[in-house]
Amino acid sequence: MGRYIARRLLQMIPVFVGATLLIFLMVNVMGDPIAGLCGERACDTATAAQLKREFGLDKPLWQQYATYMGNVFTGDFGTAFNGQPVTELMATAFPVTIRLTLVAIVFEVVIGITLGVVTGLRRGRPVDTAVLLGTLVVISVPTFVTGLLLQLLLGVKWDWIRPSVPPEATLDELIVPGLVLASVSLAYVTRLTRTSIAENRRADYVRTAVAKGLPRRRVVVRHLLRNSLIPVVTFIGTDIGALMGGAIVTERIFNIHGVGYQLYQGILRQNTQTVVGFVTVLVLVFLVANLLVDLLYAVLDPRIRYA
Amino acid sequence: MPEPPPQPQPQPNEPEGAVAGTGMGGGMDLAASEASTLEPASHGPDGPAGSAATGAPGPQDRPRSLWSDAWRDLRRNPVFLLSALVICFLVLIAVWPSLIAPGNPLRCDLARAQDGPRPGHPFGYDGQGCDVYTRTVHGARASVTVGVCATAGVAVLGSVLGALAGYFGGVWDAVLSRVTDIFFAIPVVLGGLVLLSVVTSNTVWPVVGFIVLLGWPQISRIARGAVITAKQHDYVQAARALGASDTRILLRHIAPNAVAPVIVVATIALGTYIALEATLSYLGVGLKPPSVSWGIDISAASPYVRNAPHALLWPAGALAITVLAFIMLGDAVRDALDPKLR
Amino acid sequence: MRARTRVTWALGVVAAVLPLAACGSGVGAAGGSVLSSSWGDPQNPLEPANTNEVQGGKVLDMVFRGLKRYDPRTGKAENMLAERIETSDSRNYTVTVRPGWRFSNGEPVTARSFVDAWNYGASLRNNQKNAYFFGYIEGYDKVHPDTGRQTANTLSGLKVTGPRTFTVRLNQKFSSFPDTLGYAAFAPLPRTFFTHHKAWLDKPVGNGPYTIESYTKGAQMYLKKWNGYPGPDKARNDGVTLLVYTDSNTAYTDVLAGNLDLVDDIPAGQLKNVHSDLDGRYINTPAGILQTLAFPFYDKAWNTDGARKVRTGLSMAINRAQITRTLFRGTRTPATDWTSPVLGTDGGYKAGLCGRACEYHPAEARKLVQEGGGLPGGQVRITYNADTGSHKEWVDAVCNSINNALGNDHACVGNPVGTFADFRNQISRHRMAGPFRAGWQMDYPLIQNFLQPLYYTNASSNDGKWSNKDFDRLVDRANAETDKAAAIVLFQQAEGVVRDNMAAIPLWYQNGSAGYTDRLHDVALNPFSVPVYDEIRVG
Repeated sequence: MGRYIARRLLQMIPVFVGATLLIFLMVNVMGDPIAGLCGERACDTATAAQLKREFGLDKPLWQQYATYMGNVFTGDFGTAFNGQPVTELMATAFPVTIRLTLVAIVFEVVIGITLGVVTGLRRGRPVDTAVLLGTLVVISVPTFVTGLLLQLLLGVKWDWIRPSVPPEATLDELIVPGLVLASVSLAYVTRLTRTSIAENRRADYVRTAVAKGLPRRRVVVRHLLRNSLIPVVTFIGTDIGALMGGAIVTERIFNIHGVGYQLYQGILRQNTQTVVGFVTVLVLVFLVANLLVDLLYAVLDPRIRYA
Repeated sequence: MPEPPPQPQPQPNEPEGAVAGTGMGGGMDLAASEASTLEPASHGPDGPAGSAATGAPGPQDRPRSLWSDAWRDLRRNPVFLLSALVICFLVLIAVWPSLIAPGNPLRCDLARAQDGPRPGHPFGYDGQGCDVYTRTVHGARASVTVGVCATAGVAVLGSVLGALAGYFGGVWDAVLSRVTDIFFAIPVVLGGLVLLSVVTSNTVWPVVGFIVLLGWPQISRIARGAVITAKQHDYVQAARALGASDTRILLRHIAPNAVAPVIVVATIALGTYIALEATLSYLGVGLKPPSVSWGIDISAASPYVRNAPHALLWPAGALAITVLAFIMLGDAVRDALDPKLR
Repeated sequence: MRARTRVTWALGVVAAVLPLAACGSGVGAAGGSVLSSSWGDPQNPLEPANTNEVQGGKVLDMVFRGLKRYDPRTGKAENMLAERIETSDSRNYTVTVRPGWRFSNGEPVTARSFVDAWNYGASLRNNQKNAYFFGYIEGYDKVHPDTGRQTANTLSGLKVTGPRTFTVRLNQKFSSFPDTLGYAAFAPLPRTFFTHHKAWLDKPVGNGPYTIESYTKGAQMYLKKWNGYPGPDKARNDGVTLLVYTDSNTAYTDVLAGNLDLVDDIPAGQLKNVHSDLDGRYINTPAGILQTLAFPFYDKAWNTDGARKVRTGLSMAINRAQITRTLFRGTRTPATDWTSPVLGTDGGYKAGLCGRACEYHPAEARKLVQEGGGLPGGQVRITYNADTGSHKEWVDAVCNSINNALGNDHACVGNPVGTFADFRNQISRHRMAGPFRAGWQMDYPLIQNFLQPLYYTNASSNDGKWSNKDFDRLVDRANAETDKAAAIVLFQQAEGVVRDNMAAIPLWYQNGSAGYTDRLHDVALNPFSVPVYDEIRVG
């Protein structure tokens, strides 16, 4: 087990280099970012050249990448176009985003798995149909609309929440945004759990457990659910990255200045330093999340072993 | 939760230790009766003899395996028939939209913007004064093509790579999984702006290709997890002991048992891909104007949901029906493939 | 076994904690007579000569006062810190600064405060994006050469002649130069700007009615009323909190919920219900912004006499009245000239100067396009950037209007470009194959600003590379003309040249719109669509 983890940690190095290089190239392929800095007019050539020099954009690409990676290892992630150090942006964006992601994942786990178990045990009953309809609504109505309507209803009409999340963004203020963010993933988790439960409930060990006269609750939670969780855990593992880096719409509606927003802005303004910096951290998050998921496999199903 | 009492009980994760070593083949009658009570829509219990042999390890003498049995089941499943009917209808209007909507989806009159239904225009008008009914019908082509083709591509590519990684493990897994990780790292917006902005083609195929390129890692991980679980089963070990080839084991024994989560994720992803097309189009890198698709219409109507909800609801409803049809289809296929239902 | 127990336990705890945390807290808007207002993250450091967009300009307008100030209502340039600005030849100016002005840190505002600030703004090494504003001052080509290193650090045209006086020598005659001095780039700067630059950037110090009390980048800025402000336009509230919103829809919803006092950009989707939502607390006033469609004159197909007819035909195929009414709900006004109503008729705005060419005449449009040899390439593609503003909607509407008028579904299509930077790149590399979106927000309310930067040969914002000798000559003459009224007549003649060639299709004048809570009174927007914060009363 220890060796397996060590090996996985070592594998992170090539992924890290590969991903940063790829992102670096992609942002650079987008073209000259300076043109967008001067508003609705052309930057005068002298200032444009000077800015390019200052951001190191006049150097050959490999040199830019080498310089950048060299700086990254000393903890310097460069500066955004508004003069703010990228580390500063990260320091404000990541804590909020991590909290938001946490809330969303808790919703996925609690609501998603509960609904999945209920519908899995009662396939074809009204509750199953109702959850299916909810799933369809969540998939076909854009997050923007769900968020907007929730804001108007809960924030303006009933005055339960603040429509926008203040900069400090405490956990309780992130509940509605977290729910909105989790909505589509909830659909996945619910249906994955439902399917696994429906599949496994006819497994021999479940019948054995029932035949032994174990309480129903115990059979469901201990025997049925645990064996059904692998696809769900896999999905949530892949979802963490999407939730952290891709919450653009949710973050916009609720005015959360998180990772999704900074990344989106960085991409649109073609700011290599911001984009690569944020993606670098996200890659590390994926890698750790995936490692955890793989380790969880072994916990959930002891037959799976890692050497 | 209290600590479980230390009474001797079969490990829930090792059911084979408690029951017969034949895997899911054992206790057939029980399974059948349970299935019939819980699964009225499924006609699994028909022909138990045939199915019983199907799942058993090493049935080299039976070329008509699980897959053909599944097809026989499907044909009699009303859920499958209904979803197939809906999908046929969608394909029909995608190919031939003017069959039921003779109007021109590009013909818009701003004077009628956001108006409600009127005779001849049952769904009303959108924000540009275009007929919502005509646009919803004509939008099927792009949206269904993107949704179905992207999902199919993602599912095939993802399951193959994921299954290889999960089944062979070791170096295969290390390389494939790390490649997956790198692909995960690409933000969709960045990928779209970079990869699609160079494309000048006016068709949906670049968009489909792009979605497949960025979408496969998710299915791949799901499939890998499912294969890792499935390959632990005794019947797989037994098949291997009997000398079955890797291909045979993967296709005949593991695939039917690992396909369920892939189907679930793929059917839901179908809906999100249709929406993703709109995001890409919004950024100017998806379908080139003046394309008509549900996604484009939904995102155009979204800001106006308070004043003209009808412009949002109809294309969103069409999207929902499409997703529903595929979810039902996926469910039926999964049931048909599930050996435990036999 | 143990691990399993722990997993279930953890789930149970999380499930139990969540409902406890779920209670809304209505942290109201800031107390006292401080108001909160929506803001956008400034794209550049908040240096006066480096701020070229509205959000940064909003702050500068509160913490700085220049030689001139544009009247928030009429847009007229009036003396603020300037006691007088004298010239006899429209080229050499003597500026006298009023006594008694100070920066909020106590330092007096002197002639040097201006000259140092302008030299800083013009100097190439400081990367100031508004450096070109100093381009009229003699010696600019030395401190800011197009290529190579700068050979001087200060503008030779600027000379401090006394504690409160300095002289400006321009490199050409420019009669309305004094009226440009209300632009933020010409603001004075305190010594600490140069000596403690980084600290200044974190918390800018100026001489305006507000001082910056705290600034959290990317989130909010609290500006407090400066009680020692010597100017006539003292703040009538105790302060303003600017909150960064990434989406105006959220800001609008926050105003409805009473968490925010003022939103100065009403999202298009809410315009239909804004009156009922806010019970009349909605203002919609003209701003100095003109939207046009520019053309690539470097493309032969668009630079022929026939193409002129095609352009005029396209202009007549656009139903401006309907689009501004239906899509923009009155927050835009159909354009009938190439300036803006905020200039006022004596400032050069001339309603109807465009004549029939800016009215909707579909039949005539079809005829003109046919006479002009049809659309170049058989189709016009209107290029716009998709990432900022909601340009897609109006471009689609314009195209639908053109398609309907020309009776061809594919006569016009939108051509979105993903990012603004890419859009600008394609423009500056002359890659446009057809008309493209051109929005012009005035820097200062002068007719010169609506014409010269956009249509003068090789001017900084002449993106279509239109060039016309008559136009250039008329602008030169107008700039040299010392009599204001006569200069404006010349500018209008130049505008006539633009019209006769349809160098750009004017679409509509843009308004500023804002909504506010019932705590606020006397809310107004200035011609730059920025709220006049100092006049707002709270309570």
